[in-house]
Amino acid sequence: MLNLLWLQSGGCGGCSMSLLNAESPDLLSLFENAGINLLWHPSLSEASGHECIEMLEGILAGEIALDILCIEGSMMTGPMGTGKFHIMGGTGKPMIEWVQALAEKATHTVAVGSCAAYGGITAAGSNDTDATGLQYDGEMRGGLLGKDFVSGSGQQVVNIAGCPTHPDWVTETLISIALGEHQDDHLDKFGRPRMYADHLVHHGCSRNEFYEYKASAVDMGDRGCMMENMGCKGTQAHADCNTRPWNGQGSCTNGGYPCINCTAPEFEEPGHSFCQTPKVAGIPVGLPTDMPKAWFVALASLSKAATPERLKKNAISEQLIYPPTIHKRKD
Amino acid sequence: MSRIVAGPFNRVEGDLEITLAIAENKVASAEVNSPLYRGFERILLGHKPMDALVYTPRICGICSVTQSVASARALADAMQLSMPLNGELCTNLVLANENITDLLTHFYLFFMPDFARDVYQQQDWFAPIHARFKSTSGTASAQMLPARADFLHLMGIMAGKWPHTLSLQPGGVAKAIEAKERIRLLAIIGSFKRFLETTLFGDELTTIAQLSSEKDLWDWHEQQPWQSSDFRRFLHVSRSLELQGLGRATDQFLSYGAYRVHGKNLWKQGCVFGGTSVPLDMQDITEDHAHSWMSESHKSHFPAQGVTVPSLDNEAGYSWCKSPRLNQQVMEVGPLARQVINGHPLAKDLVGRNGANVLSRIVARLLEIAIVVPKMEQWVKQIDPGAPFCHHGDMPSEASGVGLVEAARGSLGHWLEVKQGKIANYQIIAPTSWNFSPRDLASQPGALEQAVVGAPVMDGEKTPVSVQHIVRSFDPCMACTVH
Repeated sequence: MLNLLWLQSGGCGGCSMSLLNAESPDLLSLFENAGINLLWHPSLSEASGHECIEMLEGILAGEIALDILCIEGSMMTGPMGTGKFHIMGGTGKPMIEWVQALAEKATHTVAVGSCAAYGGITAAGSNDTDATGLQYDGEMRGGLLGKDFVSGSGQQVVNIAGCPTHPDWVTETLISIALGEHQDDHLDKFGRPRMYADHLVHHGCSRNEFYEYKASAVDMGDRGCMMENMGCKGTQAHADCNTRPWNGQGSCTNGGYPCINCTAPEFEEPGHSFCQTPKVAGIPVGLPTDMPKAWFVALASLSKAATPERLKKNAISEQLIYPPTIHKRKD
Repeated sequence: MSRIVAGPFNRVEGDLEITLAIAENKVASAEVNSPLYRGFERILLGHKPMDALVYTPRICGICSVTQSVASARALADAMQLSMPLNGELCTNLVLANENITDLLTHFYLFFMPDFARDVYQQQDWFAPIHARFKSTSGTASAQMLPARADFLHLMGIMAGKWPHTLSLQPGGVAKAIEAKERIRLLAIIGSFKRFLETTLFGDELTTIAQLSSEKDLWDWHEQQPWQSSDFRRFLHVSRSLELQGLGRATDQFLSYGAYRVHGKNLWKQGCVFGGTSVPLDMQDITEDHAHSWMSESHKSHFPAQGVTVPSLDNEAGYSWCKSPRLNQQVMEVGPLARQVINGHPLAKDLVGRNGANVLSRIVARLLEIAIVVPKMEQWVKQIDPGAPFCHHGDMPSEASGVGLVEAARGSLGHWLEVKQGKIANYQIIAPTSWNFSPRDLASQPGALEQAVVGAPVMDGEKTPVSVQHIVRSFDPCMACTVH
């Protein structure tokens, strides 16, 4: 059995809530099957107060093995490096000190969610709290534990980025660790498991026909492609949201709104309104991944010229106006 | 007099610490500390108003949708934008899906496992309760988690995902429901209803919703063996431990009203002072920072003019939470408050006899589940896939707006001010800010601080179990409290 400890700091707890959505099998069965023993989780464990503190002290004293340390939420290093924006309840000690000490004992360290990975939403705006990630501060390697940190396994922090994380991203990563298969080269350059991060949100998007013809939505709720006007970053965002849906059959683009690239460091400050595409001379800034600009412009103008009436009309409507034509073999 | 610092409190959302003064084996006084500050009210400053729809749900992973709804309503108020009927229905459904999920998660994962603690080993009900509700290994969570996940498939269809959707908009919803989806929603709710009737209640939802007095409740409890459903299990334990005598606070209640259709709330807005219902005057809401780690600790503020500047210099401070008050009074919010204000006879009778306490708070939570789920079926049937789902409008460069909503755990308000096209002020008062506030300018303790006074403490207890029951009876969300 592998001991797993889960702590939360400067975040919303949403990655834990999402984790409870795990299906086929449910979360508790998954852990049991993977041989993962939950030492403590804020939402799930009985131990409270002194029982929890005694367990943490047992880890630091080397009496309890810590195989996997999962951290959810940003590391609150402010004010002025003191960590006092989060003193862990009942302990009088800043959470960043707990995390630093526990990470020294952990065989594997996992940042769950974009907050723990890079700072995330909590680091937005003026970042008064000096929120940062475990091993990254935005795109820069460093963060609370420093760029050279390695866990007992000799491996870097695993960044299961996302706001929130898909339950499967978390469980599959943990199972891979439990199987002893996890390696540093299973991570991309931002430390994300390539199992889900080698895909684009664009893959499998149900609006792909609108994308092909550049038939674009202009308002929230329109059926068209959201790249040209609505700020959608699905063609650049690393995640498998449209090939591995959320809550049954959902995804952001299925839910009627653009992808905001929440698995990327610094997604929280895109430099423009989230739901408006920035443009230069009418051309969207931020082209589809690996697409040369000249070709994009040429293909976009060509496909726009060829857009069928059906897609033009449907793109700017909440409802399907024109269903696809039915072809008969004989008239 | 001895002193205990109890924390970290888990099975609440976020981090929580309570300092207890103990005398004669009872809590004599308490200070509640929300020990994490993130600063959303400052993060939002200078951003485009519509971007609040991205930031505010991320205040909280468990009340994410309620934050979205409050934000969308504040924006709609600023834009003077109305919503088509489909927009109202879909907003209600997404909101109800989160609220009911939260109530269920609270009961099974956060609240009940405390009765499986070894401290109750001597009780004759211990063995079956331990087998059923023991955290992570009990049979209840194994049944509840799949039912919860299936129920949240409604979010997959209507909101893309949960938590953190952007489908909830000021003028309605960004996701238009198609005919096939409307049918699928009915199937999802129907299946969840079956779980509730067979496992949680052991009876039809309408029967639970119609319980009209404490006597009715106990008569219903007696009709079947106590182990025939989880609600009966709770009532059995509750009677044995006399939970109706535990955790009384001020018995002053506030609700913003909930679930609008045609602009009218299913549950009334209002407040209760000294047992009397009165209409809510929004001008009576203020916040002060007398005991918060905030600047400007010497005066109270209307939320529209609220100020959030963290400061550890306030020597009287012991929490990051501010102290919201209504008419300078300490208010309790949550399902019990909602049902009392709306006049549900069972809630009124329970409160009339023993006030707000651990028993009446939990009964009100389960009562809401029984009332809302059938409503959800009605709302789905009312959706017209051919009619509009969203109105669109423009945000003026200078505007202000207020957005009010009821989360699972109580009243949530957003106050927005837009200047030169950007957010100039954004103030949030969350449910647990009401319930778990520190002392105010007049040194009145917050609702939880009052509720734990008198709670029994056994010799040697470091994190008194009675205090744990009381804390969790409020279903606190600390992530929202301090935001």
